[in-house]
Amino acid sequence: MEKEVMSSLKMAGNILCSASSFIRKCIFGVLRVGPIPNHIAFIMDGNRRYAKKQKLSHDGAAGGGGRYDAGFWALMVMLLYCQELGVKYITAYAFSIDNFKRKPEEVESLMTSMLEKFHLLDILVKLLAVRVHYAGNLELLSNELRASAMELTEATAAYSKSVLTICIAYTSRDEILHAVRESCEQKRIDLEFGNDDDDEIKLMKVEKNMYMAVAPDPDIIIRTGGENRLSNFLLWQSCWSHLHSMWVLWPEIGVWNLVFAILNFQRNKTYCLDMKKKEKEL
Amino acid sequence: MLSLRFAIPTANTLTPPKIKPKPGLVVQTAWNQTDLFPSLPKRNDNKLQAATTDLSVAGDIPAEEVVELPAELSRELMPKHVAVIMDGNGRWARQRGLATSAGHEAGVKALRELVELCCQWGIQVLTVFAFSYENWIRPKVEVDFLMSLFERALKSEVESFSRGGIRISVIGDSTKLPTSLQKLINEVEETTKHNSRLQLIVAVSYSGKYDVVQACRSIAEKAKDGQIQLDDINESLIEQELETNCTEHPYPDLLIRTSGELRVSNFLLWQLAYTELFFAQELWPDFRKDEFVDALSSYQQRQRRYGGRH
Repeated sequence: MEKEVMSSLKMAGNILCSASSFIRKCIFGVLRVGPIPNHIAFIMDGNRRYAKKQKLSHDGAAGGGGRYDAGFWALMVMLLYCQELGVKYITAYAFSIDNFKRKPEEVESLMTSMLEKFHLLDILVKLLAVRVHYAGNLELLSNELRASAMELTEATAAYSKSVLTICIAYTSRDEILHAVRESCEQKRIDLEFGNDDDDEIKLMKVEKNMYMAVAPDPDIIIRTGGENRLSNFLLWQSCWSHLHSMWVLWPEIGVWNLVFAILNFQRNKTYCLDMKKKEKEL
Repeated sequence: MLSLRFAIPTANTLTPPKIKPKPGLVVQTAWNQTDLFPSLPKRNDNKLQAATTDLSVAGDIPAEEVVELPAELSRELMPKHVAVIMDGNGRWARQRGLATSAGHEAGVKALRELVELCCQWGIQVLTVFAFSYENWIRPKVEVDFLMSLFERALKSEVESFSRGGIRISVIGDSTKLPTSLQKLINEVEETTKHNSRLQLIVAVSYSGKYDVVQACRSIAEKAKDGQIQLDDINESLIEQELETNCTEHPYPDLLIRTSGELRVSNFLLWQLAYTELFFAQELWPDFRKDEFVDALSSYQQRQRRYGGRH
């Protein structure tokens, strides 16, 4: 009897999943009638509040990155949905340079958690043929974490179906500072070797030296957690981006949140494209 | 996940969690989302006609006085620097069947009111996005009108601003402006440079990206001349070279954008790193005291963590 009940429940579950998947495919089909963003960036805010709600393990506990597990899987789910929709570039704000200001034990726990997730990510992105890129001042990371990041970047360099950029030890101002330094250094070298074909540093030269030069500017920046600020994320690249804030905490983000964000974007896309073209003309 | 509702609303219908305020805990609000079909504004202006060339609304900016704040606002939590993207003049005029020029003139009046409120409520810096670098591709007629409007507004307001203790600064690529306007800007900046009640920064022919690029060029020149080494280039140096170096508070605490658009449109990119963003549905000429109070009230309820923990 029990076996029959379990079997019925399993069948009901499969039917529900199939129906849900069918409805999702239909909705995505409708979305694809309109313009699909090429690049979506996520500010993954709300992990700590989610952990408090769910009473997940404290940061200080051994292997205490438990509160960020749900956030990691939320990112993987978003990556899957974006791939299904045809969004080629996904960027996630994983760890800001400002986050180093947190308590040392919290930072250490985060770094440990990230290292574990990189190993998991290694398997998942190869299954999904996703190229992974890390944007940020990687010199601020531990040797182990940096090596793991470089290894994954090299291992996935040949994939082209989607590009996942993880911003780690990143702030936009640090990125711009890095680009300015590189541009000045290149200018100095050009002058030294008499290759200076231009009197002034141009905007394109600065852009080429950004950590985010691997991806086009984001079409949408989605911030979860209800806050209304960029928090030093993609300041340069966000000038024409559609900004979408949502109350939902990052680990709770679902397909409907993504659908709403894209629908809002589609209403404004024509304007953004026009302005990007006009910026290039000037 | 499974839902039988097929009519998907475009507005974000996810409601914020109900948080019971505790002592010391502030309630956060989300960005306002645009409706699919925004309704016409509720204000009923009886004077639906093009404004005259007289741009002053009600005499001088009042001299310093203790002004009672609206009940929702706290003086201690007032932002030091507010930035505004004044969007919606054209749409405002079209909704009323007026020429675009009428929308811009109404926008100047709204700006004047905002300047008065900032003076009264202790805001120290107000930066307004009057004309972006990308706006040069607008029709020549509109651009010429805007340039003449800036000149008229500056000429008519300079004395009033001087008496009201307002310092005017203009940022942006002034080389593209008419010579007469460039000269007037220099005069106005010189005349008001010692005023300290409020600094009004007007961004004209401004682009956030070009602000950073010109800072980069300036730094490259200094490095070329040996004034600085490459290792000396840091965030502080870039801040000093940006056009907002004309003020002690270059980073806005609050950015307001009107007309319901959800983007920053190449305005103050570096400076907006930790700025609280507020998107108002109203078109700029309709953005008045009540709407400003809403924006300030929203700002005062937010928790600013700067990447750390509270």
